[in-house]
Amino acid sequence: MAEHILEAHSLTKQEAQIPREDWFEASETLQHLRKNKKFPTIWCSGCGLGVIMGALIRAIDHLGLEKDQVALVAGIGCTARMPVYMDFNTLHTTHGRALAFATGLKIARPDMKVIAIMGDGDALAIGGNHFIHAARRNIGITALVVNNSIYGMTGGQYSPTTPVGMRATTAPYGNVEPPFPICDLAIAAGASYVARSTAFHALELDKYLSEAISNEGFSLVEAVSYCHTTYGRINKLGTAAEMMRSLKDNSIPKATFDKLTLEEQQANTKIVRGVLHRKKRPEYTAIYDLLVQQQTHQEEIRLRNVGRY
Amino acid sequence: MSVKLMQGNEAIALGALAAGCRFYAGYPITPSTEVAEVMARELPKVGGKFIQMEDEIASMAAIIGARVGGLKSMTATSGPGFSLMQENLGYAAMAEIPCVVVNVQRLGPSTGQPTAASQGDVMQARWGTHGDHPIIVLSPISVSQAFSLTVTAFNLSEKYRTPVILLTDEIIGHMREPIELPDFSTIERYEQVVTEPPETYKPYSNRTDVPAMAAFGRGYRYHITGLFHDEVGFPTQRLDEVEPWLERVNGKLERHADDILLYQADYQPGARVAVLSYGATARTARHAVKQLRESGQKVNLFTAYTIWPFPEKAVEELADSVERIIVPEMNLGQLALEVERVVGRRKVKRVTRANGEMITPDMIVAAMEM
Repeated sequence: MAEHILEAHSLTKQEAQIPREDWFEASETLQHLRKNKKFPTIWCSGCGLGVIMGALIRAIDHLGLEKDQVALVAGIGCTARMPVYMDFNTLHTTHGRALAFATGLKIARPDMKVIAIMGDGDALAIGGNHFIHAARRNIGITALVVNNSIYGMTGGQYSPTTPVGMRATTAPYGNVEPPFPICDLAIAAGASYVARSTAFHALELDKYLSEAISNEGFSLVEAVSYCHTTYGRINKLGTAAEMMRSLKDNSIPKATFDKLTLEEQQANTKIVRGVLHRKKRPEYTAIYDLLVQQQTHQEEIRLRNVGRY
Repeated sequence: MSVKLMQGNEAIALGALAAGCRFYAGYPITPSTEVAEVMARELPKVGGKFIQMEDEIASMAAIIGARVGGLKSMTATSGPGFSLMQENLGYAAMAEIPCVVVNVQRLGPSTGQPTAASQGDVMQARWGTHGDHPIIVLSPISVSQAFSLTVTAFNLSEKYRTPVILLTDEIIGHMREPIELPDFSTIERYEQVVTEPPETYKPYSNRTDVPAMAAFGRGYRYHITGLFHDEVGFPTQRLDEVEPWLERVNGKLERHADDILLYQADYQPGARVAVLSYGATARTARHAVKQLRESGQKVNLFTAYTIWPFPEKAVEELADSVERIIVPEMNLGQLALEVERVVGRRKVKRVTRANGEMITPDMIVAAMEM
């Protein structure tokens, strides 16, 4: 297990032996972290968020993007604290609104890669409306939703992705609400790239995130994670390492899922990992910029004929 | 220069374009919708962008996001939408992101009377979002001023890195008047200039009242948050970092009051009564004062164009000159509370109406005799 975690954090044994103060220079991944930000993170030790942050950095690094060209926008929650640690243009906004802020930013700067980082409550409860409309517009934003089925920062209340029957501080007798399937929702709303993996499958996340960021329209990557501190404790799911292991044991690749019979697919309770949807659709800012080009051209002709205000 | 007949709402949209606004996000709502319609039509012609968002919460978020990306931005709404914008208005005040929010006031609370005028959002404009925060609120009295104060709103917003609310009402918004439109290229526009290199840039430096704001994607990679933050933008709870920032942010407008406070004081020697008003009611006040003066009475007239920060000193001076101040408002007494705070309750005579009808000159004249 320790090997896996080390690998997931992309700290090779060689890197781990380098004196701590030289880490930033030694690792390509660490070069994307903010040197002037006091570490450690606010996350509980054993949390999957560090792994997912590593995957995001590797994806950006793999694509060879300039740091100045990347903007990370987040809402509120444990996941939303991610941008502060990374050396990009970072905007930490209000609860649920990351995609609405990101929409304004992307329209102002269509040339920038805008990535919205949200938790399940942030993206789908308070931010649910912005989520479906950003997908509907197919605006060129990558939404990274870390789904741990709980509100972690406030101490473990049930979220729109808590499975039925699971306990939370506000569902002491078990959750009675059916959860949102995040990826299905995004596909139905119009997202042009949708993929899912878990905090255990860090390298898979690297790949999906770089594909999502490269996609011209609205992309969603659901990174299934866990909260051992709240959800794990109240539901007796074990330690962080055990919960990390369960992501491996309780998930199957999409290719495997596709080979199941219809009955088996319907009965499946495991997390399906893979690219679930890919469909080329016109991207919002590209279309709007075309409209602007046409209208500025028309206006020039009009001004030549009738003059300014 | 050209003379046109237009609505206050159209004048606001043109004022925004003249001021350099290049992004508008909004959600349809009576009686403000014409602002969005004109912006949707005109912005693409000048290379700007318009988007109709899914609600007013998102509209407010989008204009902040666009300003972070470097475009001067605006939204317009009315009471119910203004209530939804309070969340991110607080964010703009906290993170010091310039933006302009137009509130064409209608009768509330709740859905109220969508097509009836009101001045019921005066206190909400100041204190609607939670927590102490700086904010500028301007209120035009004519179509022509709807244009010019919108330009002022953008310039103050950039100069002091604060949201500015243009608090108008259904009367000014829908009224048609002739307006002399200047050549937009002659309009003075305040532009922020960042002089520091990225290595030493501090987006929230406390060395100056208003540190310049760098747009995203131009080499200044920094953090913006709605949390209490230090000079480089990182969240902090350290009192030695928080206190200088609180002092700067909550005092920055008061320290530049001379630049921000716009009002007109029309004194008559020997006057014992003054009328203090703003917005559409100022038009009634002018009419009433004209009538009174024509009948030989002496009256002072004070019109506030900046209502927040409240022009305390000017109102104190006004109070020194007279025995009584009449404050007519289309609400149950909101700015009157502030006048009373400054000059004392006994000196203030409220004239209120909150049923959708305008205050009439007769109501103000009648208050003279009480």
